[in-house]
Amino acid sequence: MTIEPNETMGATDTVESQAALRPEESEIATDRAVVCEFSNTWYSYGGGEPAVEDVSFKVRKGDFAAILGPNGSGKTTLLRLALGLLKPTRGSVELFGESSARFRDWSRVGYVPQRVEGMGTRFPATVEEIVEQGLYRGFNPLAIFRRHGHKEILEALDVAGISHLRRRPIESLSVGQRQRALIARAIVGQPELLFLDEPVSGVDAVGRDRFHELISSLNREHGMTVFLISHDIGAVMQGATVCACINRTVVFHGPSHHMTGEHLSELYGFPVDVLLHDALHEHR
Amino acid sequence: MTRALIGGSMVAILAPAFGLFIVLRRLSLIADTLSHVALMGVAIGFVTSIYPTFVALIATTSSAAGIEQLRSRGRLPGDAALAIFLYSSLAIAVIVISKSSGFNADLFGYLFGTVLSINDRDLWLIGILLLVVILFVASFYAELTQSAFDQDLAHVSGVRVTATNLALAILTGATVTASMRVVGVLMVGALIVIPVLAALRLARGFRTALLLAIGFGLLSVWVGLVVAFYADLAAGGSIVLTTVAMLALAEVIGKARDYFSARRVASDTGWSASTPSDQPEIDAD
Repeated sequence: MTIEPNETMGATDTVESQAALRPEESEIATDRAVVCEFSNTWYSYGGGEPAVEDVSFKVRKGDFAAILGPNGSGKTTLLRLALGLLKPTRGSVELFGESSARFRDWSRVGYVPQRVEGMGTRFPATVEEIVEQGLYRGFNPLAIFRRHGHKEILEALDVAGISHLRRRPIESLSVGQRQRALIARAIVGQPELLFLDEPVSGVDAVGRDRFHELISSLNREHGMTVFLISHDIGAVMQGATVCACINRTVVFHGPSHHMTGEHLSELYGFPVDVLLHDALHEHR
Repeated sequence: MTRALIGGSMVAILAPAFGLFIVLRRLSLIADTLSHVALMGVAIGFVTSIYPTFVALIATTSSAAGIEQLRSRGRLPGDAALAIFLYSSLAIAVIVISKSSGFNADLFGYLFGTVLSINDRDLWLIGILLLVVILFVASFYAELTQSAFDQDLAHVSGVRVTATNLALAILTGATVTASMRVVGVLMVGALIVIPVLAALRLARGFRTALLLAIGFGLLSVWVGLVVAFYADLAAGGSIVLTTVAMLALAEVIGKARDYFSARRVASDTGWSASTPSDQPEIDAD
């Protein structure tokens, strides 16, 4: 409902130019707290062409926000900015009202990456041990002797639908199962805000639908705010309440049912326009 | 021989325990680079008549910190920073060695290991390093495992990744210096990496991997030392070859385990309909 233009920051140029694409003001709920906010954010790698250009939008508590865009559109850069892994070249990114680069209260945030560095090294951990990592709450000199949160771990595994895999080595899982293990790791600490980076790439169609159901239920039943990055339009149609289309800058933002083929063709260009129209109708 | 066993055992615990994190972070090349930095330290130590192992320790830990800084700031790709440190320290070592004659025999010992003639001072130094590393691994266990799994994920979990990486690099320097006395500069990497690979072949959990790596390390050093002593072989070489034998053994055990668990699955699915909740927990997919 509430990815909305950021008028308070006085971004006159972009806001005006996108006025035509903006949903009616009445659609925008402004009563819920802002959990993640981009304000005129710019980022360029090594001083080159900007990868993110004057992006402004807010995600409010309870939203299921889908960030859509083609490959190379700067989606992942946006995510890294939100997580404080990159610092904006200009503008600001805030998490719970605090600059994301200085944010320390990470127990409120869960993150599901697309890939994990440690995979492929015969990483010696069971699914349970990986999920346990999500309960990290700062330095504890006795951590090596302590196994904690058994109940929370079982619950998270249950929600993610992989209870039966808990003693399996993480490296023996399929791509889809690994993603579920990473979801369990992200939600075990019951975060308020969940970031997901292209969680279904490499998963088959059935797995993808089930996955989107899981994310939707985390949003609806567990009250988690979701910030999902995807190039897959199906993700938006299944459960996302708001969406932002990004192609370096914001092409559309607003309630997901306000998004039209016009926006999508602007986002993806003509060749994929027809296909996306089909996807739009089929999924509804 | 007693000193060799004590020193060797301490290093056999130290190197694989820390090596686990080095291997998982794919930093094995850092160990190799730092061993050449250690050689430079030893050469300088000889020339200046300062305790060579100590000079090597200073050289490796400070270089490790430097490499980590270059890498983390993204000024240079990881490998490039390593190459610069490896070749410049090797060049300095060569120049220092060529300028001063008379310690070739000692130098040979540092290159290939001198565990059978290890002295009390070395034992104390290794003992202190072992204590520091054990305390570090034990108390920062959560941070180390998190950042070994994924740096970004660790950051979002609240781990101070930069500080953890720096500490890991510095202690890698210390580990290299301690191991150098046992297997020599040229084979340091073997003791840090190979027992870990053997452990990773068999372990399913992180704590098991840590204990198995230490176990394989200890077994390698003991068997290697005994063989070297009775067959009158170079101790460093015989220890390293034993680690390789351990790796082969782990591979065989792993293969056998895979085979039997695959058969177990076959018979399970053949005889009874297993529900998802009581599926056999195996890693043969």
